[in-house]
Amino acid sequence: MSKAKFRVWRGDAGEGELVDYTVEVNEGEVVLDVLHRLQATQTPDLAVRWNCKAGKCGSCSMEINGRPRLACMTRMSTLDQSEPIAVTPLRTFPVIRDLVCDVSYNYVKARQIPSFTPDPSVKPGEFRMQQEDVQRSQEFRRCIECYLCQNVCHVIRDHEENKEAFSGPRFLMRVAELEMHPADTADRRLAAQEDYGLGYCNITKCCTEVCPEHIKITDNALIPMKERVATRKYDPLVWLGSKIGRRPADTPKVPNT
Amino acid sequence: MTQTPLEPPRLERAEIGARTLRTDNWRRQPMINGAILLVFVVYATWAILVNENYFVEPYISPFYSPCLVTTCAEGAGWQFVPWVAWLTPSILIIGVPMGFRMTCYYYRKAYYRSIWQSPTACGVKEPHKKYTGETRFPLIIQNVHRYFFWVATLFNIILTWDAIIAFRDHEGNWGHMGLGTLVLLINAVLLWAYSLSCHACRHTFGGRLKHFSKAPVRYWMWTQITRLNAKHMEIAWVSLVWVGLTDLYIRLVASGTITDIRFF
Repeated sequence: MSKAKFRVWRGDAGEGELVDYTVEVNEGEVVLDVLHRLQATQTPDLAVRWNCKAGKCGSCSMEINGRPRLACMTRMSTLDQSEPIAVTPLRTFPVIRDLVCDVSYNYVKARQIPSFTPDPSVKPGEFRMQQEDVQRSQEFRRCIECYLCQNVCHVIRDHEENKEAFSGPRFLMRVAELEMHPADTADRRLAAQEDYGLGYCNITKCCTEVCPEHIKITDNALIPMKERVATRKYDPLVWLGSKIGRRPADTPKVPNT
Repeated sequence: MTQTPLEPPRLERAEIGARTLRTDNWRRQPMINGAILLVFVVYATWAILVNENYFVEPYISPFYSPCLVTTCAEGAGWQFVPWVAWLTPSILIIGVPMGFRMTCYYYRKAYYRSIWQSPTACGVKEPHKKYTGETRFPLIIQNVHRYFFWVATLFNIILTWDAIIAFRDHEGNWGHMGLGTLVLLINAVLLWAYSLSCHACRHTFGGRLKHFSKAPVRYWMWTQITRLNAKHMEIAWVSLVWVGLTDLYIRLVASGTITDIRFF
Protein backbone atom coordinates (compact mmCIF):
# COMPACT_ATOMS: atom_id res chain seq x y z
CA MET A 1 0.00 0.00 0.00
CA SER A 2 1.18 3.52 -0.79
CA LYS A 3 -0.22 7.02 -0.99
CA ALA A 4 -0.70 8.99 -4.20
CA LYS A 5 -1.56 12.62 -4.78
CA PHE A 6 -4.47 13.24 -7.12
CA ARG A 7 -5.61 16.52 -8.67
CA VAL A 8 -9.22 15.98 -9.71
CA TRP A 9 -11.29 18.49 -11.65
CA ARG A 10 -14.40 19.32 -9.63
CA GLY A 11 -17.24 21.49 -10.85
CA ASP A 12 -20.23 21.73 -13.11
CA ALA A 13 -21.43 23.71 -16.14
CA GLY A 14 -17.85 24.57 -16.97
CA GLU A 15 -17.04 26.26 -13.69
CA GLY A 16 -14.69 24.34 -11.50
CA GLU A 17 -11.14 23.77 -10.40
CA LEU A 18 -8.53 21.12 -9.77
CA VAL A 19 -8.83 19.87 -6.19
CA ASP A 20 -5.96 18.06 -4.46
CA TYR A 21 -6.44 14.74 -2.67
CA THR A 22 -4.07 12.26 -1.10
CA VAL A 23 -5.37 8.75 -1.41
CA GLU A 24 -4.33 5.18 -0.68
CA VAL A 25 -3.18 3.03 -3.61
CA ASN A 26 -2.80 -0.76 -3.53
CA GLU A 27 -0.82 -2.99 -5.83
CA GLY A 28 -2.53 -3.84 -9.10
CA GLU A 29 -5.08 -1.04 -8.94
CA VAL A 30 -6.24 1.13 -11.80
CA VAL A 31 -7.17 4.83 -11.71
CA LEU A 32 -10.90 4.00 -11.49
CA ASP A 33 -10.25 1.97 -8.31
CA VAL A 34 -8.59 4.99 -6.75
CA LEU A 35 -11.43 7.30 -7.80
CA HIS A 36 -13.88 4.87 -6.19
CA ARG A 37 -11.78 4.95 -3.00
CA LEU A 38 -11.93 8.74 -3.11
CA GLN A 39 -15.72 8.52 -3.34
CA ALA A 40 -15.85 6.02 -0.47
CA THR A 41 -13.51 7.79 1.92
CA GLN A 42 -13.22 11.50 1.18
CA THR A 43 -15.67 12.94 -1.30
CA PRO A 44 -18.88 10.93 -1.76
CA ASP A 45 -20.30 13.49 -4.17
CA LEU A 46 -17.54 12.98 -6.81
CA ALA A 47 -19.29 12.22 -10.10
CA VAL A 48 -17.67 9.50 -12.23
CA ARG A 49 -19.33 7.61 -15.07
CA TRP A 50 -18.37 3.94 -15.17
CA ASN A 51 -19.85 0.55 -15.80
CA CYS A 52 -17.96 -2.59 -16.80
CA LYS A 53 -14.49 -1.99 -15.28
CA ALA A 54 -13.14 -4.16 -18.08
CA GLY A 55 -12.42 -1.72 -20.91
CA LYS A 56 -15.45 -2.83 -22.91
CA CYS A 57 -18.24 -0.37 -22.17
CA GLY A 58 -16.39 2.89 -22.92
CA SER A 59 -18.01 4.73 -20.01
CA CYS A 60 -15.04 5.82 -17.90
CA SER A 61 -13.33 7.97 -20.55
CA MET A 62 -11.44 10.86 -18.98
CA GLU A 63 -8.06 12.57 -19.19
CA ILE A 64 -5.32 11.30 -16.94
CA ASN A 65 -2.25 13.51 -16.84
CA GLY A 66 -3.61 15.23 -19.93
CA ARG A 67 -3.95 12.03 -21.96
CA PRO A 68 -7.35 10.68 -22.98
CA ARG A 69 -7.65 7.25 -21.34
CA LEU A 70 -10.12 4.75 -19.92
CA ALA A 71 -9.79 5.03 -16.13
CA CYS A 72 -10.50 1.31 -15.74
CA MET A 73 -7.60 0.37 -18.03
CA THR A 74 -4.98 2.79 -16.70
CA ARG A 75 -2.87 0.96 -14.16
CA MET A 76 -1.50 3.07 -11.33
CA SER A 77 1.86 1.35 -11.75
CA THR A 78 2.25 2.98 -15.20
CA LEU A 79 1.96 6.50 -13.75
CA ASP A 80 4.67 8.51 -12.03
CA GLN A 81 3.33 8.69 -8.48
CA SER A 82 6.03 11.05 -7.25
CA GLU A 83 4.04 13.88 -8.87
CA PRO A 84 0.31 14.64 -8.48
CA ILE A 85 -1.82 12.76 -11.01
CA ALA A 86 -4.21 15.10 -12.84
CA VAL A 87 -7.65 13.64 -13.60
CA THR A 88 -9.92 15.84 -15.71
CA PRO A 89 -13.07 15.39 -17.78
CA LEU A 90 -12.93 15.04 -21.57
CA ARG A 91 -12.06 18.49 -22.87
CA THR A 92 -14.05 18.37 -26.09
CA PHE A 93 -17.46 17.87 -24.50
CA PRO A 94 -19.43 19.98 -22.02
CA VAL A 95 -19.29 18.93 -18.40
CA ILE A 96 -22.37 17.82 -16.54
CA ARG A 97 -20.53 17.44 -13.25
CA ASP A 98 -16.96 16.65 -12.18
CA LEU A 99 -15.67 13.92 -14.51
CA VAL A 100 -18.98 13.27 -16.27
CA CYS A 101 -19.47 14.86 -19.69
CA ASP A 102 -22.44 15.31 -21.96
CA VAL A 103 -21.45 13.30 -25.05
CA SER A 104 -24.74 13.79 -26.92
CA TYR A 105 -22.83 15.45 -29.81
CA ASN A 106 -21.81 11.92 -30.75
CA TYR A 107 -25.37 10.62 -30.83
CA VAL A 108 -26.43 13.48 -33.05
CA LYS A 109 -23.60 12.69 -35.46
CA ALA A 110 -24.38 8.96 -35.38
CA ARG A 111 -27.97 9.60 -36.43
CA GLN A 112 -26.89 11.61 -39.47
CA ILE A 113 -25.26 8.63 -41.16
CA PRO A 114 -27.59 6.62 -43.41
CA SER A 115 -27.73 3.07 -42.14
CA PHE A 116 -26.71 -0.17 -43.87
CA THR A 117 -28.35 -0.22 -47.30
CA PRO A 118 -28.51 -3.70 -48.84
CA ASP A 119 -29.77 -4.33 -52.33
CA PRO A 120 -33.58 -4.55 -51.94
CA SER A 121 -33.79 -7.18 -54.67
CA VAL A 122 -31.63 -9.60 -52.64
CA LYS A 123 -33.72 -11.45 -50.08
CA PRO A 124 -32.47 -12.09 -46.55
CA GLY A 125 -30.13 -15.08 -46.52
CA GLU A 126 -29.38 -14.91 -50.23
CA PHE A 127 -26.28 -12.74 -50.12
CA ARG A 128 -23.04 -14.72 -49.96
CA MET A 129 -19.69 -13.35 -48.90
CA GLN A 130 -16.35 -14.61 -47.67
CA GLN A 131 -14.39 -13.72 -44.55
CA GLU A 132 -11.98 -11.52 -46.52
CA ASP A 133 -14.94 -9.43 -47.70
CA VAL A 134 -15.88 -8.31 -44.21
CA GLN A 135 -12.66 -8.44 -42.23
CA ARG A 136 -11.89 -4.76 -42.85
CA SER A 137 -15.30 -3.76 -41.50
CA GLN A 138 -14.93 -6.14 -38.57
CA GLU A 139 -11.94 -4.22 -37.28
CA PHE A 140 -14.12 -1.13 -37.00
CA ARG A 141 -16.85 -3.12 -35.22
CA ARG A 142 -14.49 -3.49 -32.27
CA CYS A 143 -15.24 0.15 -31.40
CA ILE A 144 -16.63 0.47 -27.86
CA GLU A 145 -17.73 4.07 -28.40
CA CYS A 146 -15.67 5.50 -25.59
CA TYR A 147 -15.28 8.66 -27.73
CA LEU A 148 -11.64 9.10 -26.79
CA CYS A 149 -10.90 9.54 -30.50
CA GLN A 150 -13.60 12.18 -30.78
CA ASN A 151 -12.21 13.90 -27.70
CA VAL A 152 -8.58 13.98 -28.81
CA CYS A 153 -9.25 15.10 -32.39
CA HIS A 154 -7.97 18.67 -32.55
CA VAL A 155 -10.50 19.57 -35.27
CA ILE A 156 -13.22 19.83 -32.63
CA ARG A 157 -11.16 19.76 -29.43
CA ASP A 158 -9.51 23.09 -30.27
CA HIS A 159 -12.26 24.47 -32.52
CA GLU A 160 -15.78 24.23 -31.13
CA GLU A 161 -17.07 25.92 -34.29
CA ASN A 162 -16.15 22.85 -36.37
CA LYS A 163 -18.57 20.58 -34.53
CA GLU A 164 -21.35 21.47 -36.94
CA ALA A 165 -19.41 20.39 -40.03
CA PHE A 166 -17.23 17.58 -38.68
CA SER A 167 -18.48 14.21 -37.48
CA GLY A 168 -15.18 13.09 -35.98
CA PRO A 169 -13.06 9.96 -36.48
CA ARG A 170 -15.52 7.56 -34.86
CA PHE A 171 -18.30 8.37 -37.33
CA LEU A 172 -16.07 8.76 -40.36
CA MET A 173 -14.91 5.25 -39.47
CA ARG A 174 -18.59 4.20 -39.49
CA VAL A 175 -18.92 5.68 -42.97
CA ALA A 176 -15.81 3.77 -44.05
CA GLU A 177 -17.19 0.57 -42.53
CA LEU A 178 -20.36 0.82 -44.60
CA GLU A 179 -18.49 1.98 -47.70
CA MET A 180 -16.26 -1.11 -47.55
CA HIS A 181 -19.10 -3.54 -46.80
CA PRO A 182 -19.71 -5.79 -49.83
CA ALA A 183 -23.48 -5.96 -49.29
CA ASP A 184 -23.97 -2.23 -48.88
CA THR A 185 -25.11 -0.54 -52.07
CA ALA A 186 -25.03 3.13 -51.06
CA ASP A 187 -22.32 5.49 -52.24
CA ARG A 188 -21.23 7.55 -49.26
CA ARG A 189 -18.10 9.13 -50.72
CA LEU A 190 -19.52 12.54 -51.50
CA ALA A 191 -21.44 12.63 -48.23
CA ALA A 192 -18.24 11.76 -46.33
CA GLN A 193 -16.61 14.91 -47.64
CA GLU A 194 -19.51 17.33 -47.76
CA ASP A 195 -21.78 16.22 -44.92
CA TYR A 196 -19.41 14.59 -42.42
CA GLY A 197 -16.35 16.78 -42.93
CA LEU A 198 -13.68 14.26 -43.91
CA GLY A 199 -11.67 17.11 -45.44
CA TYR A 200 -11.11 18.57 -41.98
CA CYS A 201 -9.09 15.53 -40.99
CA ASN A 202 -5.37 16.19 -41.42
CA ILE A 203 -4.45 12.61 -40.52
CA THR A 204 -2.27 13.43 -37.53
CA LYS A 205 -3.27 10.07 -36.08
CA CYS A 206 -4.20 11.11 -32.54
CA CYS A 207 -7.41 9.09 -32.86
CA THR A 208 -5.36 5.97 -33.55
CA GLU A 209 -2.97 6.76 -30.67
CA VAL A 210 -5.71 6.88 -28.05
CA CYS A 211 -7.95 4.05 -29.25
CA PRO A 212 -8.17 1.50 -26.40
CA GLU A 213 -9.20 -1.18 -28.91
CA HIS A 214 -6.10 -0.48 -31.03
CA ILE A 215 -8.16 0.11 -34.15
CA LYS A 216 -6.01 1.61 -36.90
CA ILE A 217 -8.56 4.36 -37.47
CA THR A 218 -6.35 6.58 -39.61
CA ASP A 219 -4.61 3.98 -41.77
CA ASN A 220 -7.53 1.62 -42.26
CA ALA A 221 -10.56 3.91 -42.24
CA LEU A 222 -9.80 7.60 -42.71
CA ILE A 223 -7.04 7.41 -45.33
CA PRO A 224 -8.89 4.77 -47.42
CA MET A 225 -11.96 7.03 -47.25
CA LYS A 226 -9.86 10.03 -48.31
CA GLU A 227 -8.65 8.02 -51.29
CA ARG A 228 -12.21 7.04 -52.19
CA VAL A 229 -13.30 10.67 -51.90
CA ALA A 230 -10.37 11.72 -54.09
CA THR A 231 -11.65 9.28 -56.72
CA ARG A 232 -15.19 10.58 -56.50
CA LYS A 233 -14.50 14.30 -56.20
CA TYR A 234 -10.96 15.30 -57.11
CA ASP A 235 -9.63 12.90 -59.74
CA PRO A 236 -9.88 14.51 -63.22
CA LEU A 237 -9.40 11.20 -65.04
CA VAL A 238 -12.22 9.55 -63.08
CA TRP A 239 -14.37 12.62 -63.74
CA LEU A 240 -13.69 12.25 -67.46
CA GLY A 241 -14.55 8.55 -67.24
CA SER A 242 -17.79 9.33 -65.43
CA LYS A 243 -18.83 11.58 -68.30
CA ILE A 244 -18.47 8.66 -70.68
CA GLY A 245 -19.62 5.79 -68.50
CA ARG A 246 -22.11 5.32 -65.68
CA ARG A 247 -21.63 6.19 -62.04
CA PRO A 248 -23.68 4.89 -59.12
CA ALA A 249 -25.83 7.47 -57.36
CA ASP A 250 -24.68 8.99 -54.09
CA THR A 251 -26.51 8.26 -50.88
CA PRO A 252 -29.57 10.48 -50.42
CA LYS A 253 -28.94 12.93 -47.61
CA VAL A 254 -31.53 11.59 -45.16
CA PRO A 255 -31.06 11.32 -41.40
CA ASN A 256 -30.87 7.79 -40.10
CA THR A 257 -33.82 7.97 -37.73
CA MET B 1 -51.60 28.10 -12.37
CA THR B 2 -48.67 29.33 -14.42
CA GLN B 3 -45.96 26.89 -15.24
CA THR B 4 -42.34 27.80 -15.68
CA PRO B 5 -40.87 25.80 -18.54
CA LEU B 6 -37.99 23.64 -17.41
CA GLU B 7 -34.89 24.38 -19.42
CA PRO B 8 -31.90 22.09 -19.27
CA PRO B 9 -28.85 23.77 -17.76
CA ARG B 10 -26.49 25.29 -20.32
CA LEU B 11 -23.44 23.11 -20.26
CA GLU B 12 -19.92 24.27 -20.97
CA ARG B 13 -16.60 22.56 -21.33
CA ALA B 14 -14.37 22.31 -18.28
CA GLU B 15 -12.39 25.52 -17.96
CA ILE B 16 -8.80 24.37 -17.83
CA GLY B 17 -6.38 27.14 -18.66
CA ALA B 18 -3.27 25.05 -19.27
CA ARG B 19 -2.42 24.22 -22.88
CA THR B 20 -2.06 20.62 -21.80
CA LEU B 21 -1.77 18.65 -18.58
CA ARG B 22 0.51 16.07 -20.18
CA THR B 23 3.52 15.34 -18.02
CA ASP B 24 5.52 13.33 -20.56
CA ASN B 25 8.02 14.89 -22.95
CA TRP B 26 5.50 15.55 -25.75
CA ARG B 27 7.76 18.11 -27.46
CA ARG B 28 10.48 15.54 -28.14
CA GLN B 29 9.06 13.68 -31.17
CA PRO B 30 7.89 16.74 -33.14
CA MET B 31 11.23 18.41 -32.46
CA ILE B 32 13.19 15.41 -33.74
CA ASN B 33 10.97 15.13 -36.83
CA GLY B 34 11.14 18.86 -37.48
CA ALA B 35 14.92 18.89 -37.11
CA ILE B 36 15.41 16.02 -39.58
CA LEU B 37 13.05 17.65 -42.09
CA LEU B 38 14.80 20.99 -41.71
CA VAL B 39 18.29 19.52 -42.17
CA PHE B 40 17.12 17.60 -45.24
CA VAL B 41 15.41 20.61 -46.81
CA VAL B 42 18.47 22.84 -46.26
CA TYR B 43 20.88 20.22 -47.62
CA ALA B 44 18.64 19.28 -50.58
CA THR B 45 18.11 22.94 -51.52
CA TRP B 46 21.84 23.53 -51.54
CA ALA B 47 22.54 20.31 -53.45
CA ILE B 48 19.92 21.15 -56.08
CA LEU B 49 21.08 24.72 -56.62
CA VAL B 50 24.84 24.16 -56.54
CA ASN B 51 24.71 22.54 -60.02
CA GLU B 52 28.08 20.75 -59.85
CA ASN B 53 29.62 17.48 -58.67
CA TYR B 54 26.39 15.56 -59.21
CA PHE B 55 27.83 13.13 -61.74
CA VAL B 56 30.93 11.03 -61.85
CA GLU B 57 31.05 8.06 -64.21
CA PRO B 58 29.14 5.75 -63.58
CA TYR B 59 27.25 7.41 -60.72
CA ILE B 60 24.60 10.13 -60.82
CA SER B 61 22.98 11.84 -57.85
CA PRO B 62 19.27 11.04 -57.36
CA PHE B 63 18.61 14.79 -57.08
CA TYR B 64 19.65 15.17 -60.74
CA SER B 65 18.26 11.99 -62.28
CA PRO B 66 16.73 11.79 -64.83
CA CYS B 67 18.96 14.52 -66.23
CA LEU B 68 16.96 15.72 -69.22
CA VAL B 69 18.38 19.10 -70.18
CA THR B 70 21.06 20.05 -72.66
CA THR B 71 23.27 21.51 -69.95
CA CYS B 72 23.61 18.22 -68.02
CA ALA B 73 27.14 16.93 -67.44
CA GLU B 74 28.52 14.84 -70.32
CA GLY B 75 27.11 11.28 -70.13
CA ALA B 76 24.75 12.10 -67.25
CA GLY B 77 21.40 11.60 -68.96
CA TRP B 78 19.29 12.06 -72.08
CA GLN B 79 19.92 15.77 -72.59
CA PHE B 80 17.15 16.79 -74.99
CA VAL B 81 15.33 19.66 -73.21
CA PRO B 82 16.77 23.08 -74.16
CA TRP B 83 18.00 24.77 -71.01
CA VAL B 84 20.03 27.71 -69.78
CA ALA B 85 23.47 27.18 -68.26
CA TRP B 86 22.87 29.19 -65.07
CA LEU B 87 19.78 27.21 -64.05
CA THR B 88 20.30 23.86 -62.37
CA PRO B 89 18.88 20.88 -64.34
CA SER B 90 17.43 19.51 -61.13
CA ILE B 91 14.72 22.21 -61.12
CA LEU B 92 12.99 20.44 -63.99
CA ILE B 93 12.49 17.16 -62.17
CA ILE B 94 12.76 17.73 -58.42
CA GLY B 95 9.08 18.65 -58.14
CA VAL B 96 8.10 15.00 -58.63
CA PRO B 97 9.86 13.41 -55.63
CA MET B 98 9.25 16.56 -53.60
CA GLY B 99 5.54 16.58 -54.42
CA PHE B 100 5.25 12.85 -53.75
CA ARG B 101 6.74 13.27 -50.29
CA MET B 102 4.92 16.50 -49.47
CA THR B 103 1.51 14.99 -50.25
CA CYS B 104 2.38 11.66 -48.59
CA TYR B 105 -0.06 10.72 -45.84
CA TYR B 106 2.78 10.03 -43.42
CA TYR B 107 4.79 13.20 -44.08
CA ARG B 108 1.61 15.21 -43.77
CA LYS B 109 1.27 13.94 -40.23
CA ALA B 110 4.94 14.72 -39.56
CA TYR B 111 4.94 18.28 -40.80
CA TYR B 112 1.44 19.18 -39.64
CA ARG B 113 2.61 18.26 -36.18
CA SER B 114 6.21 19.43 -36.09
CA ILE B 115 6.08 22.50 -38.34
CA TRP B 116 2.50 23.69 -38.55
CA GLN B 117 1.73 22.68 -34.92
CA SER B 118 -1.70 21.46 -35.85
CA PRO B 119 -1.54 19.87 -33.32
CA THR B 120 1.99 19.65 -31.92
CA ALA B 121 1.05 16.51 -30.03
CA CYS B 122 -2.14 14.70 -29.08
CA GLY B 123 -4.07 16.45 -26.34
CA VAL B 124 -1.99 19.63 -26.68
CA LYS B 125 -3.88 22.76 -27.68
CA GLU B 126 -2.88 24.04 -31.09
CA PRO B 127 -1.96 27.73 -31.43
CA HIS B 128 -4.25 28.49 -34.40
CA LYS B 129 -7.48 30.38 -33.91
CA LYS B 130 -9.13 28.91 -37.00
CA TYR B 131 -8.87 25.53 -38.65
CA THR B 132 -10.26 24.32 -41.96
CA GLY B 133 -7.96 21.35 -42.53
CA GLU B 134 -7.76 20.05 -46.07
CA THR B 135 -11.14 21.39 -47.13
CA ARG B 136 -9.91 24.34 -49.19
CA PHE B 137 -6.97 25.73 -51.16
CA PRO B 138 -4.06 25.21 -50.80
CA LEU B 139 -4.28 22.02 -48.70
CA ILE B 140 -7.03 20.54 -50.86
CA ILE B 141 -4.21 19.91 -53.36
CA GLN B 142 -3.09 17.04 -51.11
CA ASN B 143 -5.70 14.98 -52.98
CA VAL B 144 -3.39 14.71 -56.00
CA HIS B 145 -1.10 12.33 -54.10
CA ARG B 146 -2.09 9.42 -56.36
CA TYR B 147 -0.75 11.22 -59.44
CA PHE B 148 2.57 11.89 -57.76
CA PHE B 149 2.66 8.19 -56.90
CA TRP B 150 2.44 7.18 -60.55
CA VAL B 151 5.05 9.68 -61.77
CA ALA B 152 7.35 8.80 -58.85
CA THR B 153 7.05 5.15 -59.93
CA LEU B 154 8.48 6.17 -63.33
CA PHE B 155 11.33 7.89 -61.50
CA ASN B 156 11.93 4.71 -59.50
CA ILE B 157 12.40 2.82 -62.75
CA ILE B 158 14.95 5.41 -63.90
CA LEU B 159 16.81 5.39 -60.57
CA THR B 160 16.87 1.59 -60.67
CA TRP B 161 18.43 1.86 -64.11
CA ASP B 162 20.98 4.28 -62.63
CA ALA B 163 21.88 1.59 -60.09
CA ILE B 164 22.16 -1.07 -62.81
CA ILE B 165 24.48 0.99 -65.02
CA ALA B 166 26.62 1.62 -61.95
CA PHE B 167 27.85 -1.96 -62.45
CA ARG B 168 30.31 -0.50 -64.95
CA ASP B 169 33.69 1.06 -64.46
CA HIS B 170 34.74 4.61 -65.35
CA GLU B 171 35.25 3.61 -68.99
CA GLY B 172 31.83 1.99 -69.36
CA ASN B 173 32.91 -1.66 -69.13
CA TRP B 174 30.32 -3.93 -67.45
CA GLY B 175 30.98 -6.37 -64.60
CA HIS B 176 32.38 -3.96 -62.04
CA MET B 177 31.10 -2.74 -58.71
CA GLY B 178 32.09 -0.05 -56.25
CA LEU B 179 30.74 1.30 -52.99
CA GLY B 180 28.78 3.83 -55.04
CA THR B 181 27.00 0.97 -56.83
CA LEU B 182 25.91 -0.42 -53.47
CA VAL B 183 24.78 3.03 -52.32
CA LEU B 184 22.67 3.49 -55.47
CA LEU B 185 21.25 -0.05 -55.20
CA ILE B 186 20.13 0.51 -51.61
CA ASN B 187 18.69 3.85 -52.66
CA ALA B 188 16.63 2.22 -55.42
CA VAL B 189 15.37 -0.54 -53.09
CA LEU B 190 14.35 1.99 -50.43
CA LEU B 191 12.57 4.19 -52.97
CA TRP B 192 10.61 1.19 -54.28
CA ALA B 193 9.75 0.19 -50.71
CA TYR B 194 8.57 3.73 -50.01
CA SER B 195 6.41 3.88 -53.14
CA LEU B 196 4.94 0.40 -52.71
CA SER B 197 4.07 1.00 -49.06
CA CYS B 198 2.25 4.22 -50.00
CA HIS B 199 -1.43 4.55 -49.03
CA ALA B 200 -2.39 5.60 -52.58
CA CYS B 201 -0.69 2.46 -53.91
CA ARG B 202 -2.60 0.36 -51.35
CA HIS B 203 -5.87 1.93 -52.49
CA THR B 204 -5.12 1.58 -56.19
CA PHE B 205 -4.12 -2.08 -56.11
CA GLY B 206 -7.02 -3.34 -54.02
CA GLY B 207 -8.20 -0.99 -51.29
CA ARG B 208 -10.89 0.53 -53.46
CA LEU B 209 -12.62 -2.83 -53.95
CA LYS B 210 -15.73 -3.73 -51.99
CA HIS B 211 -15.69 -7.43 -52.73
CA PHE B 212 -12.23 -8.92 -52.15
CA SER B 213 -13.29 -12.52 -52.77
CA LYS B 214 -14.22 -11.63 -56.35
CA ALA B 215 -10.69 -10.37 -57.09
CA PRO B 216 -8.25 -12.81 -55.41
CA VAL B 217 -5.12 -11.49 -57.19
CA ARG B 218 -5.80 -7.90 -56.21
CA TYR B 219 -6.72 -9.02 -52.72
CA TRP B 220 -3.33 -10.76 -52.49
CA MET B 221 -1.59 -7.61 -53.73
CA TRP B 222 -3.54 -5.49 -51.22
CA THR B 223 -2.54 -7.88 -48.42
CA GLN B 224 1.16 -7.62 -49.31
CA ILE B 225 1.01 -3.82 -49.68
CA THR B 226 -0.85 -3.61 -46.37
CA ARG B 227 2.03 -5.42 -44.65
CA LEU B 228 4.50 -3.00 -46.15
CA ASN B 229 2.20 -0.06 -45.42
CA ALA B 230 2.42 -0.81 -41.70
CA LYS B 231 6.10 0.20 -41.96
CA HIS B 232 5.48 3.24 -44.15
CA MET B 233 6.68 5.72 -41.52
CA GLU B 234 9.99 3.94 -40.95
CA ILE B 235 10.56 3.46 -44.68
CA ALA B 236 9.72 7.14 -45.31
CA TRP B 237 12.44 8.33 -42.93
CA VAL B 238 15.11 5.82 -43.94
CA SER B 239 14.59 6.42 -47.65
CA LEU B 240 14.64 10.21 -47.15
CA VAL B 241 17.93 10.12 -45.25
CA TRP B 242 19.43 7.64 -47.72
CA VAL B 243 18.63 9.85 -50.72
CA GLY B 244 20.57 12.64 -49.02
CA LEU B 245 23.46 10.34 -48.17
CA THR B 246 23.55 9.01 -51.75
CA ASP B 247 23.87 12.53 -53.10
CA LEU B 248 26.54 13.32 -50.52
CA TYR B 249 28.61 10.21 -51.39
CA ILE B 250 28.50 10.92 -55.14
CA ARG B 251 29.27 14.58 -54.50
CA LEU B 252 32.34 13.68 -52.42
CA VAL B 253 33.58 11.24 -55.07
CA ALA B 254 32.89 13.69 -57.93
CA SER B 255 34.70 16.52 -56.19
CA GLY B 256 37.72 14.28 -55.50
CA THR B 257 37.32 14.59 -51.71
CA ILE B 258 37.19 10.79 -51.39
CA THR B 259 37.95 7.91 -53.74
CA ASP B 260 35.25 5.40 -54.60
CA ILE B 261 36.05 1.98 -53.15
CA ARG B 262 36.01 -0.57 -55.98
CA PHE B 263 34.98 -4.11 -54.98
CA PHE B 264 35.73 -5.68 -58.39
